[in-house]
Amino acid sequence: MNDTIAAISTASGVGAISIVRVSGKEAISIVNQIFKGKDLEQVSSHTIHYGHIVEENEVIDEVLVSVMKAPKTYTMEDIVEINTHGGYATTKRVLELVLQKGARLAKQGEFTQRAFLNGRIDLMNVEGIMDVIEADTETRRKLAMNELSGKTSDLIHSLREKVVEILTNIEVNIDFPEYDDIEVLTNEKILPKIEELELDMKKILQESQTGKMIKNGIQTLIIGKPNVGKSSILNELLEEEKAIVTNIPGTTRDIIEGNFVLDGIPLHIIDTAGIRKTEDLVEKIGVQKSLNLIDKSDLILFVLNNNEKITKEEIELLHQIKNKNYLILINKTDLKQNLQIDQFDSNKIVWMSIKNHKGLEELKEKIRKLFELEQIEMKDFTYLSNARSISLLKKSYESLKEVKKAIQKNIPIDMVEIDLRNIWNLLGEIIGETYDEELLDQLFSRFCLGK
Amino acid sequence: MNYEIIVVGGGHAGCEASLACARKGHSTLLITGNIKNIADMPCNPSIGGSAKGIVVREIDALGGEMGNNADKSHIQIKMLNYKKGPAVQALRAQADKITYPKEMLKTLKNQKNLTIQEGMVENLIVEDQTVKGIVLEDGTKIFGSRVILTTGTYLKADIMVGSERKRQGPHGERPSMHLSDHLKELGLQIIRLKTGTPQRIDKDSIDYSKTSIEKGDSVYRTFSFDYPPRYKIEDQVPCHLIYTTPETHKIIRDNLNKASMYGGLSDVTGVGPRYCPSIEDKIVRFADKERHQLFLEPESLYYNDIYLQGFSTSMPHDVQDQMVHSLPGLEHAKILKYAYAIEYDAVYPTELKNSLETKKIKGLFLAGQINGTSGYEEAAGQGLIAGINAALSLEKKEPLILKRNESYIGVLIDDLITKGVRDPYRLLTSRAEYRLLLRHDNADLRLREYGYKVGLIDEKRYQRLLEKKKQIEELKQVLKDNKITPIKSTLDYLEQIGTSLIKDGMTLYELLKRPEIHMEHIEHFIKLDYLDEVKEQVEIQDKYEGYIKKANKEAAKMLELEEKKIPENIDFDQIHNLASEAKQKLKEVHPTSIGQAIRISGVNPADISILMFYLKKVSK
Repeated sequence: MNDTIAAISTASGVGAISIVRVSGKEAISIVNQIFKGKDLEQVSSHTIHYGHIVEENEVIDEVLVSVMKAPKTYTMEDIVEINTHGGYATTKRVLELVLQKGARLAKQGEFTQRAFLNGRIDLMNVEGIMDVIEADTETRRKLAMNELSGKTSDLIHSLREKVVEILTNIEVNIDFPEYDDIEVLTNEKILPKIEELELDMKKILQESQTGKMIKNGIQTLIIGKPNVGKSSILNELLEEEKAIVTNIPGTTRDIIEGNFVLDGIPLHIIDTAGIRKTEDLVEKIGVQKSLNLIDKSDLILFVLNNNEKITKEEIELLHQIKNKNYLILINKTDLKQNLQIDQFDSNKIVWMSIKNHKGLEELKEKIRKLFELEQIEMKDFTYLSNARSISLLKKSYESLKEVKKAIQKNIPIDMVEIDLRNIWNLLGEIIGETYDEELLDQLFSRFCLGK
Repeated sequence: MNYEIIVVGGGHAGCEASLACARKGHSTLLITGNIKNIADMPCNPSIGGSAKGIVVREIDALGGEMGNNADKSHIQIKMLNYKKGPAVQALRAQADKITYPKEMLKTLKNQKNLTIQEGMVENLIVEDQTVKGIVLEDGTKIFGSRVILTTGTYLKADIMVGSERKRQGPHGERPSMHLSDHLKELGLQIIRLKTGTPQRIDKDSIDYSKTSIEKGDSVYRTFSFDYPPRYKIEDQVPCHLIYTTPETHKIIRDNLNKASMYGGLSDVTGVGPRYCPSIEDKIVRFADKERHQLFLEPESLYYNDIYLQGFSTSMPHDVQDQMVHSLPGLEHAKILKYAYAIEYDAVYPTELKNSLETKKIKGLFLAGQINGTSGYEEAAGQGLIAGINAALSLEKKEPLILKRNESYIGVLIDDLITKGVRDPYRLLTSRAEYRLLLRHDNADLRLREYGYKVGLIDEKRYQRLLEKKKQIEELKQVLKDNKITPIKSTLDYLEQIGTSLIKDGMTLYELLKRPEIHMEHIEHFIKLDYLDEVKEQVEIQDKYEGYIKKANKEAAKMLELEEKKIPENIDFDQIHNLASEAKQKLKEVHPTSIGQAIRISGVNPADISILMFYLKKVSK
C-alpha cells in the first residue's frame, strides 16, 4: 500500500467530463510531471487548477486539476483528480500517462479499500459508498448517504449498548454472588428488557424492509387468467407498448418486465403468462414461472374480468396470494358486471377500464397507501438497506427470540447469556467491530473500478 | 550452592511452583524471607470464590496443591451461585489462617528434591540475557539455570496508614529493596500497584445479635478430585453479615482528606484494584448508595481475629476507630489490627511469554502478584504453570500453554500477557468468553490429561479419570437407549413431579433435557449404578447440550484465528498503514497469532485487516 494508484473514476461511456483519480505518496509529483500550469507541488491543499496535460510538448487535453493533500482526503493519502474534457479516448490517454510516470492501475475497489484500511471509514460506510455509486433515484441516494454519515451505525451502536447493559448486569450478579445490594437480575427482570430490545429490532427490521424497497424497488407481479388485460395494464403503467397485446388468449408467453417510478420508488413490474390450465408445453413453463414469482414479489396485482364469472383457478390463485401484499384489479368496467365481488376485501379492489384509461390514478393511490410511500418521502432514513446487514440483524433477532424462549423456560441465566453475547457479536459484525476476514475480501472485490 | 531451579518467594505462587518442579524430579530451592510466612494469607481468610474457586479446581486437576490444602484446613465451605447455572458455580472456603500454612509447609518439607531456605534476594546473576542464579543481600550467590520469581507484594513495599508511609511488607516484614531496580536495569518495565486490607476485630467484642448469620453448605463439598471430605458439616464456623450506616458514611466523607489515597499522602502513584475498592472509594464512587455490605469472617479457630470484609481503608487510626464503631454490632468493637494500604513494584506482564518466561531474560520466570495480579488463587495458578514450564524448558520440551477455551488459568495468563494491567488483576467469570466450557464440575475432564502428560498426575489418578470418562459415555448411551411411553403409571408420575405429559415415546436422554427434570427423576424409571459425579456430569452435558455446542462453535472460530501465526521476526514498523497506537501496542505485546492480536486493546478490526493483508503479502 505504499505505491501510488490511479484509475478513471467516472463511469465508462461518453460524458461531458471524466475524472482520473490518483492516490498515494507520489500522486502530486506524478501529475505535476505531465501538467502544464501552476507547479502543483507548491499549491495549497484542496485547491483546483486550470492547465493542460502534455506529453512531450503535445497538449493532450485541457483540464482542471484538484489537489488534495493527506490526511483529509477520501483515502487519507495525497489525492489528485484530473477533470478531462476530451471523451473516453483522451481520458484513457491521460491515465496511461499517469501510469507511465510511476502510478499503478488501481484494482477493483482499491480506493475505498485504502480509505478503510487507513481508518477513514468503517465497514458500514464502505457499503454505503457502494450504494451511493449505484443510486439511481433521489430517495435511494438519501438512504445511501445516511449509511455514509454513520447514522445507521449509531442505530446499531445503541442496540449494542442495550445488550451490553443487560450483559454487564448479569456478569455482576455472577461475579459478586454474595452481594445482595446489587440488583439481582433474575429471568423475570430480564424479560422486559429483552422484550424492549425485541421491539427495537423488529422496528428496525420492518423499516429496513422499506429501506430495501427503496433500494431494490417494489417487485410487482401482474397475474390473472388470459385475456383479462394484464399486458394492457402494464403498457398503461409504462406508457409504452412492451407486451404484445392481442385478444388471443395466451399471447404473452414469456415474462415481460418494465420499470416505473412512483414517488421516487422504482416499481419493477412483471407481466406473466396468463395463468390457466394449458396443454401447450411452452406456455406451461411460463405458468410455472409465474407461480414461483408470487413468492418473490412485494406486490401482486391480480387482474379479473368484470364481464366474466370467477373461475375455480382464480379462486385458487386468490388463495395462494392471500398472505402477500396484493390488489384486485377489476378490469373492463365498460362491460356488464358478471363478477361476484362479495368474497373480496373491498379495500383491495381497484375498478378499472384500461380501454377508457380509467382507474390508473386510483391504482397508484392504493399502492402509495399500501407501502406508505408518502411517509417514506418525509422520513429520516436511518435503517439498514443492504442484504448483509439485514441478514445479520435478522440472525440477532432470531437469537433474541431464543433468549426469550429460554428465559420463559427458566433456563439458567449463564446459558441465556451465551445467546446474548452472540447477539452482541452479530451486531458488531454489522458495523465492522467484530473482525471478519472473509467479509472484507468479498466486499472490496465487489467494488467497481475507480471509487 | 547449585540447584536446577530456584523459586524466590514462599507465597501461594511459590509453593505451587516449587512443588511442581520438585515433583517433576528437579532439584529445587525455595528461598523465602521468613519460613513462618510460607503460604501465608495476609489478606482475606478465604480460598475460592467466583471464578477463583474454579481455578483451584483446575490447579487440582493439573496436579497442584492448593485444592487439597484448602480441603485440609477450611472451617467453612459453600457453593456460590448454586441457584444459577452450572457454568458459574464455584466453591468458596473459609480457610483457617493457622492450619492452611501449617499444612502447606508440611507438604513442602516432605517433598523430595525440595530445599527450603531463608534469605532476602536482592539481585539476579544474568549472563548473555540468560539467568544463572540469584544473589542474597549478604552477597551469597546461589546458582540455578531456571529462576522463578514469586515475590508477591514484597518489591519495594510501602505500608500506608493515613499520612504515614513505612517501607515494609505485610506483617511488618522487611521488603526487597533493590530487586525491582535490578529487574529494571535488565530492561523489564516496572509498574507500581497498590492494594489494601481491612481491620481485624476481636471476636469477643462483637454483638452478634445485630448481625445476620451466613452458614456453610449442608452438603459435603471438596475442591480436590482425589480425596473424600475431611471435615464435618456441623463443625463449620459461620460468617456474619452487617451493613454500613449513614453515620459511617458521614465519618468517611468528613475525613476524606485524611485518607492516604485522598490527599493524606501526596506521593501515592500505585493503582488500586477496581474490583476490591476501599470503603472510601465505594462511598465516593457510589454516592447515592445508602449502605454497603460487610462480612465478618473468622480467620482461625486458634485466635480471635475477625476479618472485616469490605471495609479496607487507608484512613488514620483515629478515624478507623470512629468508622468501625459506627457499624451495627461493632459499637464496642476492639480493633486488633488496623486497615492499611500497601504499595509495591510489579513487572508489566506484557514482558512475559505465555509460558510465563520473560521475553528478555532466558530462564527467568515470573508468577503471582509480581505480574500485577491480585488473589491467592490467581497466584497459585500462575505459580503452577511457571513451575511446570521452567521444568519443561529444563527438559527441553514444549511449554504447557492452556487455551482460553480450556481453563481460567489460560484466560488469566493470556489476559496478562496480551492486555497488560492497569490495576491489580482479578479473575472474573466475565473475563472468560467460553465459561460454559470452563465449569467447576469438569475441571478434571478438561485438564487432568495435561497434568498426566507433564508428570504431576500419577497413573492411579489418571486411570480413575479414564474410568470416569468411560462411565459418562456409557450412561449417556443408556439414557439414549431407554424410552418412556405414555402409559398410565408414567403419566401419573410425570404429573406428580409437575412436568408436561408425553404423547409419544421419549428417550430418557430427551426427558432429562427438561429444566425441571433431574437425575433422581430419571432413576424413577431406571436403576443407574454410577458414581454421583458421573450422573452429575451427564445431566449437565445432556441438559445444556445445545448451549455447549454453541460455545464450542464460538471457541472453534477463536482457535482458527489462533492458528494464524504471526512470525516472531515480524517488523511492525514495516506495516506503514497501521494506526500508530496499534503499531505501538503490537510492538509491545508482540502477539504470536492473529487471535491474540485481536484481543489487544487499542488494536481495532481495521488494524487486524491491515496486518492480515501484510502477512498474506509477505507469505507470497
